[in-house]
Amino acid sequence: MRQAFVPVLTVVVAIFAIWYVAAIFLNSAWAYDKAKRADVTLSTSQLISDTWSQDKPKLPAPHQVGREIWKTTVEKKITSKRSLIYHSWITLSATLLGFAMGTVFGTLLAVGIVYNRTMDMSVMPWVITSQTIPILAVAPMIIVVLNAVGISGLLPKAMISMYLSFFPVVVGMVKGLRSPDLMQLDQMRTWNASSAQTFWRLRLPSSMPYFFTSLKIAMAASLVGAIVGELPTGAVAGLGARLLAGSYYGQTIQIWSALIMAAALAASLVAIIGVVQRVMLRRMGMS
Amino acid sequence: MQNGTTEAAQSASQAPVISASNLDLTFQTNDGPVHALKGVSLDIEAGDFVSFIGPSGCGKTTFLRVMADLEQPTGGSISVNGVSPAAARQARAYGYVFQAAGLYPWRSIGRNISLPLEIMGYSKAEQQERVERVLDLVELAGFERKFPWQLSGGMQQRASIARALAFDADILLMDEPFGALDEIVRDHLNEQLLKLWARTEKTIAFVTHSIPEAVYLSTKIVVMSPRPGRITDVIESTLPKDRPLDIRDSPEFLEIAHRVRDGLRAGHADE
Repeated sequence: MRQAFVPVLTVVVAIFAIWYVAAIFLNSAWAYDKAKRADVTLSTSQLISDTWSQDKPKLPAPHQVGREIWKTTVEKKITSKRSLIYHSWITLSATLLGFAMGTVFGTLLAVGIVYNRTMDMSVMPWVITSQTIPILAVAPMIIVVLNAVGISGLLPKAMISMYLSFFPVVVGMVKGLRSPDLMQLDQMRTWNASSAQTFWRLRLPSSMPYFFTSLKIAMAASLVGAIVGELPTGAVAGLGARLLAGSYYGQTIQIWSALIMAAALAASLVAIIGVVQRVMLRRMGMS
Repeated sequence: MQNGTTEAAQSASQAPVISASNLDLTFQTNDGPVHALKGVSLDIEAGDFVSFIGPSGCGKTTFLRVMADLEQPTGGSISVNGVSPAAARQARAYGYVFQAAGLYPWRSIGRNISLPLEIMGYSKAEQQERVERVLDLVELAGFERKFPWQLSGGMQQRASIARALAFDADILLMDEPFGALDEIVRDHLNEQLLKLWARTEKTIAFVTHSIPEAVYLSTKIVVMSPRPGRITDVIESTLPKDRPLDIRDSPEFLEIAHRVRDGLRAGHADE
């Protein structure tokens, strides 16, 4: 823990430094433009302070993003349409639902692939093909089609999350369920164990390390799916909607705060899975 | 009374526990057929301790796997307990000990041993009773709640033997169970295995690479040679049933070991 502290801090400081410097360069054109029209010449310190405090900068400085996040989380009521927590919750709920659906669907597919020769030969190419289609192209169609049959709101977005998140689960679980070696399977055979007994007592527990690794990737993919799903919905609510609205009105600070929020959300969700993984695998003696 | 008569009948006309006659097994590979077993015939009587010894590729493990219905012979016939190996496996007639202990890391030693019992549908109470009994048998009493990583390699292998004993199969098939262990642990386990065999009166088929191990343990030593895998010699041991470790220095022991070595060399000579 302490050993990691110094390197991590160094990287964070470096990122902030680069960020601030980049903000000066990217925003200076607008600062010069304003100064020219007001007919004043800017000193270096005036230039820097201007580039770090514009309303619609090309690249907002970290403290501007920080203040925006503070204002829209702590100072706004959660029920407010301008609260970032409200929007995060909208996205989070779709993410979690899609993640759960993707995990169940992916696991079922993997069981089918491992136990059924026909599925083994036929399903995997389709699973891989499904991921080569750009989700941005499919998302609006899913939303429109589901809307046409009267399904709207959370579920269409969750479907897009599921579309992205089932893939790592299928791939990981197929590998995990096949991870017991020949000797362990032979051993089950000498006891005349049924397929179901072999599955529950050997294959499923053996797959757990693969399962958790898949879940981490699936969770991140799920969040991306939920945000993408919000983009073509007419941008009512959610982090995706904030990103879209921000880009319509040139609210770069709003875009960046939504982005940082999404990143923090993804990091916390993956970290939670990481903790469950550690506890679980240690208890199973597999870490 | 009845006990006496059946015993007498048994000893008079007892069928062999495992009987193989003219067994062939050919694997089809990309480099052409491989004759893992060719014309193998052997009878194993109840209570025998039979060792299979030979160089790699002589088919000793394949033979054991055929007995266990893990491989299908391509010719000849074999019966286990008077029925086919498949029927014997379904009747759970044998316990099989692999080279690696193969304990599940997520189960305690006790729960590892009760695994086959769970699969076979024993009641909870009976599982518990049997786990305690076999742990005692392999001298691991008190380790029931420990996990495999807390045990040494030799103890893990003993636990795996306990697991194979837990469901009262009369036959124990062991495929180089001590192959991965060091010499001293091996000696100790060999001694324990003999005691266990004397106490349980099981029929044991034991695959090994080691001549001293084969001679020390067995009532019958089967020498095999490769390409094609076949039996070259069957040696009936003249050693007494009670065998302390230092019997290995006796002239009788050395003579049998010598004969085994000659058999192995003869198998190699015709290459």
